[in-house]
Amino acid sequence: MLLSILMDMSFAVMGAGIGAGLVAIGAGIGIGQIGGSAMEAMARQPEAFAKIQTAMLIIAALVEVIALFGVVVCFLIYTAGTAA
Amino acid sequence: MSGYIEKSGYIENMRANEYTNTYKNLIYSVLICLLSVFNIQETVASDGGETEKFNIGEMINHHIKDSHVWEITHGVVIHLPIILYSAPDGLVVFSSENFFNEGHQEVPYMGYVLEHEHISRQDGVSVLDFSITKNVLFIFIDAFIMLFVFLAVAKGYRKNIGKAPKGIQSLFEPIIIFIRDEVVKPSIGEKYQRYLPYLLTLFFFIWFGNLIGLVPGAANMTGNIAVTCVLAIATFFITNLSGKKTYWSHIFNTPGVPWWLRPIILPVEIIGVLTKPVSLMVRLFVSITAGHIVVLSLISLTFIFHSWMVGFGSTVIVTLITIIELLVATIQAYVFTMFTSLYIGMAVEEHH
Repeated sequence: MLLSILMDMSFAVMGAGIGAGLVAIGAGIGIGQIGGSAMEAMARQPEAFAKIQTAMLIIAALVEVIALFGVVVCFLIYTAGTAA
Repeated sequence: MSGYIEKSGYIENMRANEYTNTYKNLIYSVLICLLSVFNIQETVASDGGETEKFNIGEMINHHIKDSHVWEITHGVVIHLPIILYSAPDGLVVFSSENFFNEGHQEVPYMGYVLEHEHISRQDGVSVLDFSITKNVLFIFIDAFIMLFVFLAVAKGYRKNIGKAPKGIQSLFEPIIIFIRDEVVKPSIGEKYQRYLPYLLTLFFFIWFGNLIGLVPGAANMTGNIAVTCVLAIATFFITNLSGKKTYWSHIFNTPGVPWWLRPIILPVEIIGVLTKPVSLMVRLFVSITAGHIVVLSLISLTFIFHSWMVGFGSTVIVTLITIIELLVATIQAYVFTMFTSLYIGMAVEEHH
């Protein structure tokens, strides 16, 4: 019974979808916090606008890479799931 | 007074001209973006037409993986040379065209078999594959563009001493100065000049590679884990070979740690040395590959829904994503260079 569930690759595809959603939540929280803090910092110090914006973009890119990890892993699961 | 009015009218005219020029440029660039997207879609369309059921995973894999042939669009194929070494035959060079018959099926040639981009011998003897694959070709193209650009920049720099930069030099000199003054100098410190050539090469190699990869029909070169692995290994060796006493003593004789914690801290520190290049390697590979996967997945929505409305929508989204990818291409090159110079800075730091 358990084995037949484990062997069913359609669950893998479903897992890939759920994983993509979870990763999106995590990245959303991360980028939201960066954006919020950057906005606050810009409001406090408008003269540092350009510097804050550059730093914000770079850190947002670092967070985005984590989300993209999710994309790649989900893609791999998906291809493995549909190939079998 | 009339002269003044005439003048202001003239200026306004000029401004209007400028505006129309800007708009024209904008429209042209958007058109080029759209055209490039349509180009990809056409390829996919003919790909999907052949098989009964459109397999997205297979199509995306075909686009992001390395290959022995360079398929620019459907039907336009450049067969790349294959260079093999095996003990019985020695070095063998031939075109990858020999592996395909008239029906584009994979056939064996001279006892070699090409299967899923992996070449093996029919008699089971191991083969070393030194072929110029699609990614290797794009490394060459990248290197050639860099040579072309930076020889011109260096020549301009030698010619215009004390004068304003000219031509292509005026585009690249600010970028070089930015990398030197904002990235390398603050993180490495005084001895930055020894490492500047490597770091600049790294930045421009990755940046140009990312940008070439966004061109329709081009290879996903910097999104190949072997390419990023070699870049990370170069960083690993440069960091550790230039490590000073402070760096090594922090690893093997971490200050401020009681003796009974040493056996736990030492493995952690050694793992820390190894994870730095691994994180560099995986970050670049994932961000570029995933960008391609996202673009291709959105395009394949059209062929899942079989509708031109979805096609229009996905084209618009893909255009926007491609513009974001331009930003990502630059940021990833910058981040790779910045982390490399941070690691080198940690290694060369003297006692503080």
